[in-house]
Amino acid sequence: MKPPPFAYHAPATVDEALTDLARLGDDGKVLAGGQSLIPLLNMRLAAPAALVDINGVAGLDRIDVDGAVTVGATVRHTALERHAQALDACPLLRQALRLVAHPVVRNRGTVCGSIAHADPAGELTAVLALLGGKVRVERAGAAPSGIAADRFFLAPLESALTAGDLVTAVTFPRMPTGAGSAFVEIARRHGDYALCGIAAVVQLDGDSAISSARVGAISIHPTPLVVDCGEVLTGRSLDDADALRAAGDLVDSASEPASDLHATVDYRRQLTRVLTARALAAAADHARTRSQEAA
Amino acid sequence: MSTGVPADQHLDLTLRVNGAARQVRVPPRRLLSDALRHDLELTGTHVGCEHGVCGCCTVLLDGQPVRSCLMFAVSARDHEVTTVEGLTPDGDGLHPIQRAFQECHGLQCGFCTPGFLMSVAGLLDDNPDPDRNEIVEGISGNLCRCTGYQNIIAAVERAAELIAQSSGDLPRADAGEPAPERAAPPPPYGAAGPDVPGAARDEDAGPEVVS
Repeated sequence: MKPPPFAYHAPATVDEALTDLARLGDDGKVLAGGQSLIPLLNMRLAAPAALVDINGVAGLDRIDVDGAVTVGATVRHTALERHAQALDACPLLRQALRLVAHPVVRNRGTVCGSIAHADPAGELTAVLALLGGKVRVERAGAAPSGIAADRFFLAPLESALTAGDLVTAVTFPRMPTGAGSAFVEIARRHGDYALCGIAAVVQLDGDSAISSARVGAISIHPTPLVVDCGEVLTGRSLDDADALRAAGDLVDSASEPASDLHATVDYRRQLTRVLTARALAAAADHARTRSQEAA
Repeated sequence: MSTGVPADQHLDLTLRVNGAARQVRVPPRRLLSDALRHDLELTGTHVGCEHGVCGCCTVLLDGQPVRSCLMFAVSARDHEVTTVEGLTPDGDGLHPIQRAFQECHGLQCGFCTPGFLMSVAGLLDDNPDPDRNEIVEGISGNLCRCTGYQNIIAAVERAAELIAQSSGDLPRADAGEPAPERAAPPPPYGAAGPDVPGAARDEDAGPEVVS
């Protein structure tokens, strides 16, 4: 249970980090919070020849809130969780962050690390995908690029990142005024990986008619799954149980869950249908509250 | 390009642990938990699962609880580390959280206890008066195979009371006095130690052990 030997690099600037990563190629791995990487090392499931520790890189610990919430590569989950302005702009972040592992892990783990790790059970992957966010990727000798979430997550633990790439920030779009959101999940214990998790963003037309409803799901698909429920929900009321059931079926039919030690495919499908209805109803309540607060 | 340290080369590090600067010579892959236990002989920090699940190895990093098995010693440079030994820096008496665990029987075999104490130290520092749900969530990252958790939850409630009582002579909210805006924060963990009345050994708190 000890990590395999690795060479250690501690760059002080983004340029230095990019040069290190370019030179190391496939042998190099970025160390940020380490809350996913170090367990993999300790269990010898990964053995990179070198780690590039970006914790000392200047300027990566910023949270910027303007038209969107931009979170630098060394920002801890806890720091974002305590950033009132960011959470106001994007309340779904607050709802998701409290479900990310345990408070002690969130003190060290980073938001960008959760995205770069591309775990389809990771709450923040669904938030980024559902809101249509972007990942800022830099590499030596190239202009920084912004990869949209729907092109970033390719397969379980596999993203569009290639050797030499460094995620320097992720951007979560601001939620529209009056939009409501919710994140519900079922896990064996608080903080464990969810057996199924559903995020929802709902906009209402007036007090109860739905004008848009989208769902992001974790742990039921090889990548974070986004489903637009507009076709079965637009114009209908969220108090309409049939409408909610139809949305649950829609998300279920789009998903490809797998069985594992913790839950069978059938159980995950059942959770998908039930939690989709719950998340949509909670998001609609949240939309009403936000509209009242804005009025 | 930064200067890399080869895998087989040792680093000379200065770690600030429990308020003192300590020198260690370790390879890059040395976990903070192992540096504390093996290099610094601070064996109060326990090691359970070594992949971040059990919480036994929890220490404070700049006052925030973190898993020392999910950090490299080299990453702790430039940070203040507090281990369970640092709760009572002069080695005398019990910290209010330790007293509460003792009073409420919040431990049986004791293996998980250092991790719980440090998680709770972080929790109460952040939220001096947590409700039951906040306590349950706050300790959700620590596993205990003996107690069934109920006594640990009671101990956290008691620790919050003891810390509130010991942080100066502030009037208590339930004493009919005007409540303070917010209870004074507990003393910072570090070399100076908790200079609080409640931290001193209370001879009346339990039976004397006669040897």
